[in-house]
Amino acid sequence: MEAAVGAAEFPMTPLISIEKVTKVYHLGEHDIMPLQGVSLQIMPGEFVAIMGASGSGKTTLMNILGCMDKPTDGKYLLEGQEVSRLGKDELARLRNKKFGFVFQSFNLLSRTSALENVELPLQYWNTMSWSERRQRAEAALKRVGLEDRMDHYPNQLSGGQQQRVAIARALVNDPAIVLADEPTGNLDSKSEKDILTLFSELNATGITVILITHNPEIGAQVKRLIRIKDGRIVENA
Amino acid sequence: MNLARAMYLALRSLMRNKVRTALTMLGIVIGISSVIAMVAMGQGASTMIQDQISTMGRNILMVFPGAASSAGYSFGGGTSTTLTSEDAVAAAELPSIRAVAPIVRARAQLIAGGQNWNPQTLNGTTPSFVDVRDWDVEEGSFFTDADVVSSAKVCVIGRTIADNLFPGSSSLQQTIRMKNMPFKVLGVLAKKGTSAMGQDQDDVVLAPWTTVKKTLQGSAFNNVDQLLVSAQSDVTAASNDLTGLIRQRHRLAERDEADFRILTMNEMATAATQTSQVMTLLLAVIASISLLVGGIGIMNIMLVSVVERTREIGLRMAVGARGKDILMQFLLEATALSVAAGVIGMVLGVSAAWVISNTLHWPTLISPSSIGIAFAFSCAVGVFFGFYPAMRAARMDPIEALRYE
Ligand SMILES: Nc1ncnc2c1ncn2[C@@H]1O[C@H](COP(=O)(O)OP(=O)(O)OP(=O)(O)O)[C@@H](O)[C@H]1O
Ligand SMILES: [Mg+2]
Repeated sequence: MEAAVGAAEFPMTPLISIEKVTKVYHLGEHDIMPLQGVSLQIMPGEFVAIMGASGSGKTTLMNILGCMDKPTDGKYLLEGQEVSRLGKDELARLRNKKFGFVFQSFNLLSRTSALENVELPLQYWNTMSWSERRQRAEAALKRVGLEDRMDHYPNQLSGGQQQRVAIARALVNDPAIVLADEPTGNLDSKSEKDILTLFSELNATGITVILITHNPEIGAQVKRLIRIKDGRIVENA
Repeated sequence: MNLARAMYLALRSLMRNKVRTALTMLGIVIGISSVIAMVAMGQGASTMIQDQISTMGRNILMVFPGAASSAGYSFGGGTSTTLTSEDAVAAAELPSIRAVAPIVRARAQLIAGGQNWNPQTLNGTTPSFVDVRDWDVEEGSFFTDADVVSSAKVCVIGRTIADNLFPGSSSLQQTIRMKNMPFKVLGVLAKKGTSAMGQDQDDVVLAPWTTVKKTLQGSAFNNVDQLLVSAQSDVTAASNDLTGLIRQRHRLAERDEADFRILTMNEMATAATQTSQVMTLLLAVIASISLLVGGIGIMNIMLVSVVERTREIGLRMAVGARGKDILMQFLLEATALSVAAGVIGMVLGVSAAWVISNTLHWPTLISPSSIGIAFAFSCAVGVFFGFYPAMRAARMDPIEALRYE
């Protein structure tokens, strides 16, 4: 645990640091402000759960953290680098290299095998050979325990298996951070447990996991819980 | 992403919706194939005419019955029945003219000793034919004027027919059946070989025109389809003399329109070039319309596809695709669609040309340039009409695209 020792001696740069981030949507006459000045720091290797009522701004925050969206105002430092002023292509590159996304609705390409779904992020921003891509996708699927389902199509897999394919896709590029927006929202409790165990295992290998959930049990299990209400952080422990 | 891989993905995505893909391609397939087939027919016809001109010689004139039409040449001749063999005899007396042969065209299958043959040319004429065309009889002799008068069932054949119907033996005095009537072979014409167009000039049967008219065509009239004239030296003088003579013979008053027309080889060459230019222009119009329609079809289906795949686009952007990666993906799909359609159209067009030349005996010529242009245009259509849908895909916002239901 050299990293931990190092962290104790020199204060580590936060992986993610946002300061007074706001987001405003202009809808006709009035504005909607799902984020009203959120400040937050996340260190490498953390496992964070974000909870809050529906419409409180969790997804909006997650989209900004994942470089899918830009804040209206405020600062965002990713590994100490200011990202809120980067162009679209640079943000795409960051999404490809630094982040892995897991969605509530899986978002797998239908009529495309599990393996090819997992290969998708490798289609961009790299010059890997075809066989290397394949190897990495196979390794990622092995990591989520689906080595015997590589050639299956999404409609031949259970919901839990589909979400594991999606997690393999999020892992294939060795991301620093995995962002999961209600990843178990569409799953039964057994699959939910499996998926959470998987996230814990990933976190144990050093990947930072940020998870949105409505399940208080999960909130109770994780190392750190952030509660959001009406676009503001109300609990940060 | 490398191009080969992107191409593979584009093709795969097209294969997912086979019926839709096929229907979308149809417009371009039809456009390209019809243009290729028609260009082949047009070029075949004009090359054949140039070819005939060069093989017949510059001093040849042709007289056709019927009023001169304003729009270029017409091969089958008019419908009127004004030209007679007497006109031919009288014309031959003119000092500016060397020889005149009347021509009656027919089609019939030849049967001899269990062999069948479909000659390219079966003409009725007179012995003057040999002088007009400067074509020697190699074996035996040509039929005589007496044969013409008596409508004798005799004929002279070209080398190709002799070799095919009577291989290894002499054709002379053999019998060929046409329309169930026996014709005696009197002679074999000297070999002329194939023309530049690839037409076999020795695939020819000549018989007395009276016999062809009465026996093969079953006609009671004594008009002929054409007069074949060779001028002494001055084609223009010959043409003028001919006009005067035939007008006089047909008792045409000063203001009457001629009931015949004379074509010199030079005029035919000009007319052929003009016609092929008109044809080319027409084809260009047809081609652009069909490519436009096909292109709009592609644009339409690509727009539908972009909307249907909104979530896929959002996902791809979420995992790192830039706008230009998405643009390339859809542009490649549209181009693959139109190029595939173009290739299918080419294959169909070439096959259609082949069928036309083999069943309708219309000469066709497929030029590499028409293939190349067709290919280039189908690529261009894909890029052009695929661009707008691809642009719409590329401009999507990843979050909104992912939220799309
Ligand atoms: N594109 C948008 N345009 C306008 N308003 C938006 C847009 N996206 C989100 N909002 C608004 O922002 C607020 C926060 O939305 P967000 O999706 O972040 O909530 P959430 O906490 O993720 O809720 P849930 O738990 O239901 O997913 C909502 O009031 C929503 O209507
Ligand atoms: Mg949400």
